Amino acid sequence: MNALALLLVMELGDRFALMGVVLGVLLTAVAYTVYAERRIAAFIQNRTGPDRVGFDLIPQLKFLKGAIGLGQPLADVIKLLMKEDVVPENANKFVHALAPLISLFAALTTIAVVPYAKGVAIADVNIGILYILAITSLGVYGITLSGWASNSKYSLLGGLRSSAQMISYELSMGLAVVSVVVLTNALNMGEIVESQTSNPLNWNVCRNLLGFIIFTTAAFAETNRAPFDLPEAEQELVGGYHTEYSSMKFALFFLAEYANMIVACTVIVTLFLGGYQVPFWTDAPWFVQVGAFITKTLFMMFVFIWVRWTLPRFKYNQLMDLGWKFMLPLGLFNLLIVASTIVIFGNSLPLSILNLVLVALCVAGSFAAKPQSKMA
Amino acid sequence: MNSLAYQIIFYLFAAIIVGSAALVVISKNIIHSAFGLLFTFFGVAAIYVYLNADFIAVTQIVVYVGGILVLLLFGVMLTNKITQADLKTETLNPVPGLLITLSVLAMLLYTFYFRAKWVTVPVDQQLRGTVVEPIGIATMTTYVLPFEIVSIVLMVALLGAAYIARADRKVQTKEGK
Amino acid sequence: MEIGMTHYLALSAFMFTTGVIGVLTRRNAIVIFMSIELMLNAVNLSLVTFSHYLNDVQGQMLVFFVMTVAAAEAAVGLAIVISMFRNKQTINIDEINILKY
Repeated sequence: MNALALLLVMELGDRFALMGVVLGVLLTAVAYTVYAERRIAAFIQNRTGPDRVGFDLIPQLKFLKGAIGLGQPLADVIKLLMKEDVVPENANKFVHALAPLISLFAALTTIAVVPYAKGVAIADVNIGILYILAITSLGVYGITLSGWASNSKYSLLGGLRSSAQMISYELSMGLAVVSVVVLTNALNMGEIVESQTSNPLNWNVCRNLLGFIIFTTAAFAETNRAPFDLPEAEQELVGGYHTEYSSMKFALFFLAEYANMIVACTVIVTLFLGGYQVPFWTDAPWFVQVGAFITKTLFMMFVFIWVRWTLPRFKYNQLMDLGWKFMLPLGLFNLLIVASTIVIFGNSLPLSILNLVLVALCVAGSFAAKPQSKMA
Repeated sequence: MNSLAYQIIFYLFAAIIVGSAALVVISKNIIHSAFGLLFTFFGVAAIYVYLNADFIAVTQIVVYVGGILVLLLFGVMLTNKITQADLKTETLNPVPGLLITLSVLAMLLYTFYFRAKWVTVPVDQQLRGTVVEPIGIATMTTYVLPFEIVSIVLMVALLGAAYIARADRKVQTKEGK
Repeated sequence: MEIGMTHYLALSAFMFTTGVIGVLTRRNAIVIFMSIELMLNAVNLSLVTFSHYLNDVQGQMLVFFVMTVAAAEAAVGLAIVISMFRNKQTINIDEINILKY
């Protein structure tokens, strides 16, 4: 059956409803991810973080007293919307306004093919994984064009940096994806999840640890997050590509950045952490599967935030060296290993065993190395 | 397959393709041309989905939108003064060019609609379902040699491009010495 | 009217001629590149059409090769345009005529 016809035949209403729910959840999640990021950052840096703003304006919620600052995201949004929208005089007005929309579009459309429970996805495309690669390649436009259209040195430098970075890391990302496709023998996201089964040893993070590391690192670069946040390195470029953006347009970029992060986490979960699979519980009811999916996503988001506040920013040459001289060969090597194991042994069990042994060795090594570091 | 919705969507995408292709050619502003090209590529990808070429449709977006058009945009940015927000270019010999092309178009359409006797297989035998698997098999069997050659062509082209585009290094080393 | 093979081919013809107009009438080398991409896309479209209506994936294979060549062409072409811009400060093709004399 024609791919398009398939889309039109299946309950269109349900898909639209699901889309509404997912977008609503995603946009709320973005606001609270910002809050979570600030709180976690504060925790890592031994500060308090936002803890004052509550919902005191609403009488019924007054008892909360804003003790943990849960009203902060709302206040931030209102502040952003009330600001004056400044457009530089010599900017290309049309492109300047379009760029944040492209960014947001690329961030939000990727989530369409991610399955949230068995058979539940906005669009069950049979080449879902390629669709994700295609849409991520659009993200470059928003940032490059915003940098160019603002007619500012800092913006342009940020935009150029970002596009070079995203194009470079797309390659290793693609190679990691190919290794997953070789392992699961499917291009459809649902089938990829199904093939990982409910046994965590069958999840791709076990079978393909190197691929997971490569994909996650590339996802850090694709979402322009630290340690790869050179496009908006405050100390060098003021604000990078969004230097000349204010008010609503800046809010859109902000939204796109965090939406990108959440979507990247869901994709990592789907490809490597077994998606909606509940450990040791085959055919769990749908709400348990959704719960498992959300839990895994939250964990990955925590990793994203954790890494951002732990690692310092790369220099530009280091970034390019890492991408082209290390990640790309590593990705090819990983693909070779995965493919040859599948061809020689017919299944991926040797890979899981190998990875487990490697992880055990690393853990043992880190424990063995501890006394030495204390002495030093 | 040929319901009304199907036809309407086809004409919609056809209109997008023709309109944005015209924008590419007519627009005086290069950035607008690039945007026109972006929409043309998307429209063509949508038409590919109509023709059961889902894999080609995605490749179209990855290669053309994610690769070639980004390259072109880089070209626009590098060959124009950054500070000049409106990039104007003029046309050259519009009348003879238009005449030649329109006559070519007329001939093409005449042939398509009145002369050509298209050979098609019956509707029930036309390409159905996903084509990823047959394409993969064809790439690795019948077309494996062209596939390898084309990869070498691509690599040589990229190396050559990098060599041509980089600044003249001889001058720099002389100054360095 | 039923959407048939000729519809797709006519669309492809329109795209192709638009590309030809661009190549013949524009001065800027990058716009000419864009027009060439339009023409290549038109050809791809007709190849995919034939592939669909003849139940044969060979047409789609050919599209891949066209895409690869298009990518190579864009890379080399842009490199040439950029080095030309570096030497002559212009990419208007009517001003680049040093091979003429």
